[in-house]
Amino acid sequence: MAEVLVVVEATQAFGVKKVTLELLTLARRIGSPSAVVLGGPGAAAELAGKLAEYGAEKIYAAESEEIDGHLVAPKATVLANLVREVQPAAVLLASTQEGKEIAGRLAVKLDNGLLTDVVDLDADGTATQVAFAGSTIVKSKVTRGLPLVTLRPNSVTPEPAPATPGTVALEVAATEADKLAKVVERVAEQKGSRPELTEASIVVSGGRGIGNADNFKLVEEIADLLGGAVGASRAAVDSGYYPHQFQVGQTGKTVSPQLYVALGISGAIQHRAGMQTSKTIVAVNKDAEAPIFELADFGVVGDLFKVLPQAAEEIRKRK
Amino acid sequence: MNIVVLVKQVPDSGAERNLTSDDNTVDRGSANNVINEMDEYAIEEALKIKEAHGGEVTILTMGPDRATESIRKALSMGPDAAVHVVDDALAGSCAVATSKVLAAALGTLNADLILCGAESTDGRVQVLPHMLAERLGVAALTGARKLTVDGASLTAERQTEEGYEVVSAATPAVVSVWDTINEPRYPSFKGIMAAKKKPVRTLSLADLGVSADEVGFAGATSAVVEHSKRPPRSAGTKITDEGTAGTQLVEYLVTEKFV
Ligand SMILES: Cc1cc2nc3c(=O)[nH]c(=O)nc-3n(C[C@H](O)[C@H](O)[C@H](O)COP(=O)(O)OP(=O)(O)OC[C@H]3O[C@@H](n4cnc5c(N)ncnc54)[C@H](O)[C@@H]3O)c2cc1C
Ligand SMILES: Cc1cc2nc3c(=O)[nH]c(=O)nc-3n(C[C@H](O)[C@H](O)[C@H](O)COP(=O)(O)OP(=O)(O)OC[C@H]3O[C@@H](n4cnc5c(N)ncnc54)[C@H](O)[C@@H]3O)c2cc1C
Repeated sequence: MAEVLVVVEATQAFGVKKVTLELLTLARRIGSPSAVVLGGPGAAAELAGKLAEYGAEKIYAAESEEIDGHLVAPKATVLANLVREVQPAAVLLASTQEGKEIAGRLAVKLDNGLLTDVVDLDADGTATQVAFAGSTIVKSKVTRGLPLVTLRPNSVTPEPAPATPGTVALEVAATEADKLAKVVERVAEQKGSRPELTEASIVVSGGRGIGNADNFKLVEEIADLLGGAVGASRAAVDSGYYPHQFQVGQTGKTVSPQLYVALGISGAIQHRAGMQTSKTIVAVNKDAEAPIFELADFGVVGDLFKVLPQAAEEIRKRK
Repeated sequence: MNIVVLVKQVPDSGAERNLTSDDNTVDRGSANNVINEMDEYAIEEALKIKEAHGGEVTILTMGPDRATESIRKALSMGPDAAVHVVDDALAGSCAVATSKVLAAALGTLNADLILCGAESTDGRVQVLPHMLAERLGVAALTGARKLTVDGASLTAERQTEEGYEVVSAATPAVVSVWDTINEPRYPSFKGIMAAKKKPVRTLSLADLGVSADEVGFAGATSAVVEHSKRPPRSAGTKITDEGTAGTQLVEYLVTEKFV
């Protein structure tokens, strides 16, 4: 069976990202998954267990300070060499900023088409993409080169498929041009136990209706009781209630969780762009005419400051 | 410093957007077309750098005739000149081809700094900055929320999923910006009047030495097989709080197995 390259993403805090497990699951439809770890020295060993559990038949490890110390260019060079060598059936990456950037460089190097924000991929390489704030579904195919696809997190249910992969070390031969953009410093900010926003299966978001930064504790409380991530509307971010990296919407993150809870969010089209494909949507808003109710599977017309404390209390009782 | 800002015209994201049924491209005819929002931040950043360090700011757009409206709008904010790559053969270009054409145009402009948005609101492909850097053999600093210019050295701060990074490169470089970087200025009346007289040079594919079969539908590296409107979500249950809505909400979450 032909190899399918899956580019691994991982975080310090949580290890292999869920989207990588989704990619391994998806890869099995097309061929034999090979995980590609691109990182600093020792990166692959820490991730191997999880990758094996989810079906990686082989692990390629490109480990070097050059990868760690620069933006994505060296990673794309390693991958391009690997693609030329093994002629895989497809190359799959996460539709994160980093995944897209690597894919973009790879597409240019190989003169190969690429499809981003894919939510499903058939064995014949036909991809499903969602466009325009989730309102349009597009089926598309790469017509030059191999299927080079980035998958939006939370599109596929990861399924374990234990394998016993061997690790193949790859040479990292970054060019001078690859080393032009240097990482001077990495600062970890987002401590704590909440899941990453785009990967979380539950997201609880607050909008301008939350009123101030302090009140966002109410949103965090509900998120923690449900084991979810916290999000925010642009109005909440612009008003300084919550940091920008948690913004959901067209100019923020796109999320597609099992449950999205919108608190004090009116449901503007640009906000919907980031959450419209959530499986279940729940909204609390005091304005019965708020457009968010058009999408809500369960909507509460009411004052947040009455509804939320009661809901929190009830969840505690039920646990 | 010679700065080129990439500006794309896109259909307004605040209104309904569609793909056409005849060639699967964005229906720009019926849409209200605007400057890609993120690109306004790139223009603002360019103007601030020019104010501090001197130099010239040129807008570069690839798009149909009507993209002129967005070019004039961009110029009214303050840039000095614009280059418009326009050619019928460009219709239907994929990101790979778009980057080829823009890189060819940039090749004629001798930029120290190429500024662009982190992503467009229509394609949202988020790959152009790195594709251009790859083609031009220059550095790419992407998703900047802060940019410092010190002579030929550039330092940017970018948000990451785990926090933020400080990254650096020397010019020439491509820098893409996020909307947290600044607050774009509104064009003044004087700016709008001045924009009408600013030079806008048009370039065809022939001018750039790019052949028509490398771009557009002919040269596309991917193809839309079909598209459809997603059925709109239908609203579900809506209750009005009469003192027990919090509890009812949790009951719903329990039924749906979220609690
Ligand atoms: C190019 C562009 C890009 C954009 N990108 C994004 C984006 O990425 N993400 C995004 O979110 N927006 C984005 N926007 C902004 C978007 O248009 C809206 O302005 C924004 O989503 C509004 O945020 P909101 O719903 O929190 O605020 P509002 O629209 O002000 O809504 C607040 C809601 O809270 C309710 N409320 C107030 N008090 C209470 C209370 N005590 N109890 C219950 N309910 C209460 C109100 O009834 C109201 O419905 C973008 C806009 C543009 C033009
Ligand atoms: C719904 C939709 C989905 C698409 N999906 C794909 C896909 O999966 N694969 C693919 O290859 N193509 C795709 N395209 C086509 C792609 O959007 C265009 O080729 C586009 O011009 C380049 O991508 P972008 O605008 O998304 O770039 P991005 O990388 O998101 O844009 C970043 C910045 O590049 C600059 N820029 C982009 N285009 C221009 C331009 N024409 N002139 C000047 N500056 C510009 C702007 O500063 C912009 O802010 C899609 C288009 C649409 C409408």
